[in-house]
Amino acid sequence: MSAVESATEIRSFQVEFPDEALDDLRRRLAAVRWPTKELVDDRSQGVQLATAQALARYWARDYDWARCAERLNALPQFTTEIDGVDVHFIHVRSQHENALPLIMTHGWPGSVIELLETVGPLTDPTAHGGTAEDAFHLVLPSLPGYGFSGQPTEIGWDLGRTARAWAELMRRLGYTRYVAQGGDVGAGVTDAMGRQAPEGLIGIHTNLLVPALGGPMPTNTDEERAAAAQIATFRQSGNGYFVEMASRPQTIGYALLDSPVALAAWMADHDTDAYYKIAAAFVDGEPSGNLTPDHILDNITVYWLTGTGASAARSYWEAYGADAPAARLQPLPPPTIPFGFTTFPGEIWRTPRSWVEASYPNVVYFNEVDRGGHFAAWEEPELLSEELRAAFRSLR
Amino acid sequence: MSAVESATEIRSFQVEFPDEALDDLRRRLAAVRWPSGELVDDRSQGVQLATMQALARYWARDYDWGRCAERLNALPQFTTEIDGVDVHFIHVESRHENALPLIMTHGWPGSVIELLETVGPLTDPTAHGGTAEDAFHLVLPSVPGYGFSGKPTELGWDSGRTARAWPELMRRLGYTRYVAQGGDVGAAVSDAMGRIAPEGLVAVHTNLFVPGLAGIPLPENTDEERAARAQGAAFRATGFGYFLEQATRPETIGYALLDSPVALAAWMLDHDTDAYYKIASAFVDGKPSGNLTRDHILDNITVYWLTGTGESAARSYWESGQAQARAKAAGQAPPPMSLPFGFTTFPGEIVKTPRSWVEAAYPNVVYFNEVDRGGHFAAWEEPQLFSEELRAAFRSLR
Repeated sequence: MSAVESATEIRSFQVEFPDEALDDLRRRLAAVRWPTKELVDDRSQGVQLATAQALARYWARDYDWARCAERLNALPQFTTEIDGVDVHFIHVRSQHENALPLIMTHGWPGSVIELLETVGPLTDPTAHGGTAEDAFHLVLPSLPGYGFSGQPTEIGWDLGRTARAWAELMRRLGYTRYVAQGGDVGAGVTDAMGRQAPEGLIGIHTNLLVPALGGPMPTNTDEERAAAAQIATFRQSGNGYFVEMASRPQTIGYALLDSPVALAAWMADHDTDAYYKIAAAFVDGEPSGNLTPDHILDNITVYWLTGTGASAARSYWEAYGADAPAARLQPLPPPTIPFGFTTFPGEIWRTPRSWVEASYPNVVYFNEVDRGGHFAAWEEPELLSEELRAAFRSLR
Repeated sequence: MSAVESATEIRSFQVEFPDEALDDLRRRLAAVRWPSGELVDDRSQGVQLATMQALARYWARDYDWGRCAERLNALPQFTTEIDGVDVHFIHVESRHENALPLIMTHGWPGSVIELLETVGPLTDPTAHGGTAEDAFHLVLPSVPGYGFSGKPTELGWDSGRTARAWPELMRRLGYTRYVAQGGDVGAAVSDAMGRIAPEGLVAVHTNLFVPGLAGIPLPENTDEERAARAQGAAFRATGFGYFLEQATRPETIGYALLDSPVALAAWMLDHDTDAYYKIASAFVDGKPSGNLTRDHILDNITVYWLTGTGESAARSYWESGQAQARAKAAGQAPPPMSLPFGFTTFPGEIVKTPRSWVEAAYPNVVYFNEVDRGGHFAAWEEPQLFSEELRAAFRSLR
């Protein structure tokens, strides 16, 4: 085998960590030094002490990583080196021959864990309320620097570079006609893929409206003004994590590698809707949909065991940092390929149809659903899967 | 003794931590899980791995907290409850009877450790190149939530509330005519004291230009003014993450600051560019800038660690942010400061403040000087120079 063949080789992958790593995690959880309690009765000072303590208790006493590892290892997992980074991905082919290939990308603070519950509905629709015509061949990559993918060892892994890597991944898998989907950072990657329009990509769907973070959107209707106000609130009091990761990922990285409760708190402090859902799962035992204590900890434990807190934070520096090479790039024009969008009501801002149409010239699908938030695929996997069936139906 | 007397009582204080706390710190330092290294060769992704590893190595192997505790305990330290919080302070009276009382306030990520080297020059000037007429009686309080002061257990401890507590402290100490000084958060407290103008306060000096943070319009006509404006913009563009996180989510970052000594150290090192490189140089190259030595830097970090005040100190940013937002919503500008005001520009500060800005923001500037060295932690880095500035700034007010 030549060096070139070996580099592009697709290798089977299994998740495996030594027991010592889990023992060490439990030791740290047993030795946490807690801060004093917040002085408010909501999340306005950050992740509440009762939430963090309930999470740590469950993590130390009840949580079973082996269940998650088994679940991952029951899926076909692979790695392949693309552009210098080992990319991990789950690849589930549907039994239905005419299934549409779909590459779906997680976000931050997520991982492939967010997307696992969609595997059944998307690849095996006839067992999940759909028809054979709804089937997808599903590719779920881990972003470079996240989870089981390698950590970039050079700067330049912005959203556009990942988007180019995904097109190469689909090419290696032999897919010549496929669609792409994502939320959060995954929406950023998917949006970039649409703009790059690689051969074979025929449509994209996101559940976070990426252009709304880049500039002003129309504010003529009540709905538009409400969405603009939500973004303003986020910028005023909810984007500390975002600014820190975009400017000083290494600094926060020390915390994310060395302290499991620091990591868990940093990850739980995303948007308001998701925070309260996660808090309810741990404190009140009332999870929202699939956002259960076990699933939330599966995701956090992936960050812990892979030690990817700093490298994932670094992806914000690459994508949004003023000092990153990407800050000097001209943005590509909006994608002309077909675009679909679903508004989930709990998202940071509830995106109006008008904003989607103002952002993308070729909107083939828009829908607003009645439940789910920022982690739509994770929280409401059936509903998100139904949205993807509907969004891509016209492109089959 | 009645309850009221007991609450306002001034009690002697000594620093003391169980050995177990230091053993635990060393255990944690021996078990650090490090991230992969930054991908740049400067601080633009944050505190560099080589800096952190050199710091952690020194902290675990060479650093002696006992030396710092002894040094603190050799100074007269006290606590007294003010407005529901136990306030810790160092109080060194000069042997010179006509000494001017001075309350000097540290900032974040600081503590009284920043100010210790000024005690000699300020209270005993004849032994430090000055005259008896330069002497100060020195009061160095720990800000509520910081170091050896208590942590507020209710909302509302913004800089303004601390600025109201300090005159009460000076009153309890029997000072009827005094001055105030501060940098960083201490500058905000001192600035607020000046605007409140409590009885007895005769003048204020700062070494951080507080009105610049409030976003008031400032002249941009000269190269110097434009350069200062650009420094402020650069800080807001890339140097502001810690500030924003502490002002919005102190509890979230608090978990890291309490549970991981390297998380705490990195968070505290990642302040301004000038100070970061000086600290990195102290640890990596063994070349400290002035008094910013490895031991002194770790004295300060170890105070945060042992007192477990990372989160409560961060919360002080949240409080000040809330107070500013309330004032803005109410359309309230801070009252002007009519008291005599002095300012020293240290060249390494985040913004090298022009005299014109100081005069635009304060109506009664009695002293301005720009010195040739020192940065954000001026009192800490250049205690002798800093002390000379205070002598000069307050000379006309004695």
